[in-house]
Amino acid sequence: MANPVLVVEKLRIEFPQRRRTLVAVDDVSFAIERGEVVGVVGESGAGKSLTGAAIIGLLRAPGRIAAGRIWIDGRRVDNLDPAAMRRVRGRVVGAIFQDPMTSLNPLFTVGQQLVETIRTHLPLDRAAARDRAVALLAEVGIPAPGQRFDQYPHQFSGGMRQRVVIALALCAEPKLIIADEPTTALDVSIQAQIVALLKRLCQDHGTAVMLVTHDMGVIAETADRVAVMYTGRIVELGRVAEVIGTPRHPYAAGLMASIPTIDRRQERLFQIDGAMPPLAAIPAGCPFHPRCPRAIARCREERPDLARAGAHLVACWLPLGPPS
Amino acid sequence: MIGFIVSRILQSALVMLVVGLIAFALFNYVGDPVNNMLGPSATSAERARLHAELGLDRPFLVQYGDFIVRAVQGNFGLSYQYARPVIDIVAERLPATVELSLAAVFLALALGIPMGIYTGIRPSAPLARVLMGLSLVGISLPTFFTGIVLIVLFAIVLKWLPPFGRGEVVAVGWWSTGLLTLSGLKALILPAITLCLFQMTLIMRLVRSAMLEIMRTDYIRFAMARGLRMSSVHFRHALKNTLVPVVTITGLQMGSIIAFAVITETVFQWPGLGLLFIQALGFGDIPVMAAYLVFVSLMFVAINLLVDLLYFVIDPRLRTGGG
Ligand SMILES: Nc1ncnc2c1ncn2[C@@H]1O[C@H](COP(=O)(O)OP(=O)(O)OP(=O)(O)O)[C@@H](O)[C@H]1O
Ligand SMILES: [Mg+2]
Repeated sequence: MANPVLVVEKLRIEFPQRRRTLVAVDDVSFAIERGEVVGVVGESGAGKSLTGAAIIGLLRAPGRIAAGRIWIDGRRVDNLDPAAMRRVRGRVVGAIFQDPMTSLNPLFTVGQQLVETIRTHLPLDRAAARDRAVALLAEVGIPAPGQRFDQYPHQFSGGMRQRVVIALALCAEPKLIIADEPTTALDVSIQAQIVALLKRLCQDHGTAVMLVTHDMGVIAETADRVAVMYTGRIVELGRVAEVIGTPRHPYAAGLMASIPTIDRRQERLFQIDGAMPPLAAIPAGCPFHPRCPRAIARCREERPDLARAGAHLVACWLPLGPPS
Repeated sequence: MIGFIVSRILQSALVMLVVGLIAFALFNYVGDPVNNMLGPSATSAERARLHAELGLDRPFLVQYGDFIVRAVQGNFGLSYQYARPVIDIVAERLPATVELSLAAVFLALALGIPMGIYTGIRPSAPLARVLMGLSLVGISLPTFFTGIVLIVLFAIVLKWLPPFGRGEVVAVGWWSTGLLTLSGLKALILPAITLCLFQMTLIMRLVRSAMLEIMRTDYIRFAMARGLRMSSVHFRHALKNTLVPVVTITGLQMGSIIAFAVITETVFQWPGLGLLFIQALGFGDIPVMAAYLVFVSLMFVAINLLVDLLYFVIDPRLRTGGG
């Protein structure tokens, strides 16, 4: 467990506004071990993408890291100057975004984009970089990679483009990939292929993955651990089997109930009423309490911190399941 | 792609035929050329003879076809004003207009694009704000006003540059160029600045907004996520994508540069086609006006064709094949 590839400590992301400051991510702490796949789930607006953007140093202004620290591969990165952070990106930490149709520059060939990325980070000459790029295209399952190398993105289908995107993210052998909903924009029939590809490649290369997704099925199949986020906070964090099998946080339990499994115990299936509040209206105490069927007086007043409950971490005053 | 080019060339030819028709109509039906040539004191017999001599009694289509054939050969008849072949006068004046227009376009691009990139990359930098403020002035000042202010300042008060004319010219074949003499270059500065100002600010604002928009796209974000150098992100990945709108607008603006050249040439007494046209207007020199129309249209059409071809160079999505 020593020397994780990513450590996030008490991360807080704010959007300063004219009259108040919105806190989009608060007190988020987690680590990813080498080669580990950690899923991040949660409703839209929970702060998943912002957390990922903060890690790779691409938060969009006016969003900013207001507190907390981030280490990638043992190096503190949240306070790096832009030029140094630029060298970390792509080389140590890579990223894959949601939409492969818009992730590639339409005016450059796939090969040009690969070669430029490779040569930015690795001391290879043009020919060697080209060989490496063609090998990568083959590795991500693109047929006739030698010909495809000279083609433009518009000549690839959505699934093939996401393979190219994965090749681009992996081409300088980063130790961690932030994959932000890598299959959401794809055709359902190819989602599974892409997830399987990403998983296999990262296993082969020993790359850790932070996998942001709405799809609990993907998490169940791919991830080692999972973090459940709600209103910018992690509410539950643990091994996938445990979080899915015995969720402790009422919100996580509601999410898990949405996974289609044949042998789901029916008593777990309860509906979460209402919607996640906007950032400007996050209630005091536990942010989930207005929607929580188990809320007690304390939930309205005091905010629960992430604490051990059984085998995982839960931020709840009255977690589900056996008393711990 | 070849098919596209051929069809665009055919379209251009069609446009020129229509322009030719207008020029021809101008020639034949605005004012009576016979009247113009003989003056009011001529007898009706003289008129009828000249009418037949000029072929004006033939059917319309024959005359039009004849006009087109002669125009293609560069024969636009005699100028009423100078009593010389119009084509010779145009050939004398054309270089001045072409050099002025090209200088203005060059300035507009050479200054407008870098300023647009800068204000697009650093939108909140003080210099960017100053440039944006100035650009509003540049876009709203009328050409003749800028020209007069520049003349007063640099020619009359500071006496650095000549207030009018083209300076000394050197003949290179039939082309008379002002680019090879010091006085020619000096004379070019003020009119070129006057003419380029509007286009320059337009291009700057265009590049800026394209740059701002493109810097927010997913592919730029992904390029940054891959750790590409910011210089490459800005000048390779983003800039190339801004070129499509810039080429379009520059192409269209070339047209208005030629049109605005009429005003600039008048203000600076620049001996180009625009000035020739204004003088022809005053004199009712219809052959010259018709030739001006044809030549200006020819430039428009040629530029548009060039712009269409440039798209193919820039944007691979337009190039078919190899899928
Ligand atoms: N520029 C901004 N100003 C104010 N709030 C912002 C801004 N950008 C993002 N936010 C807020 O930050 C919160 C977290 O956004 P984020 O994109 O991380 O959500 P997410 O969990 O990735 O959601 P999704 O599943 O929809 O991708 C959202 O509530 C969003 O409204
Ligand atoms: Mg998101």
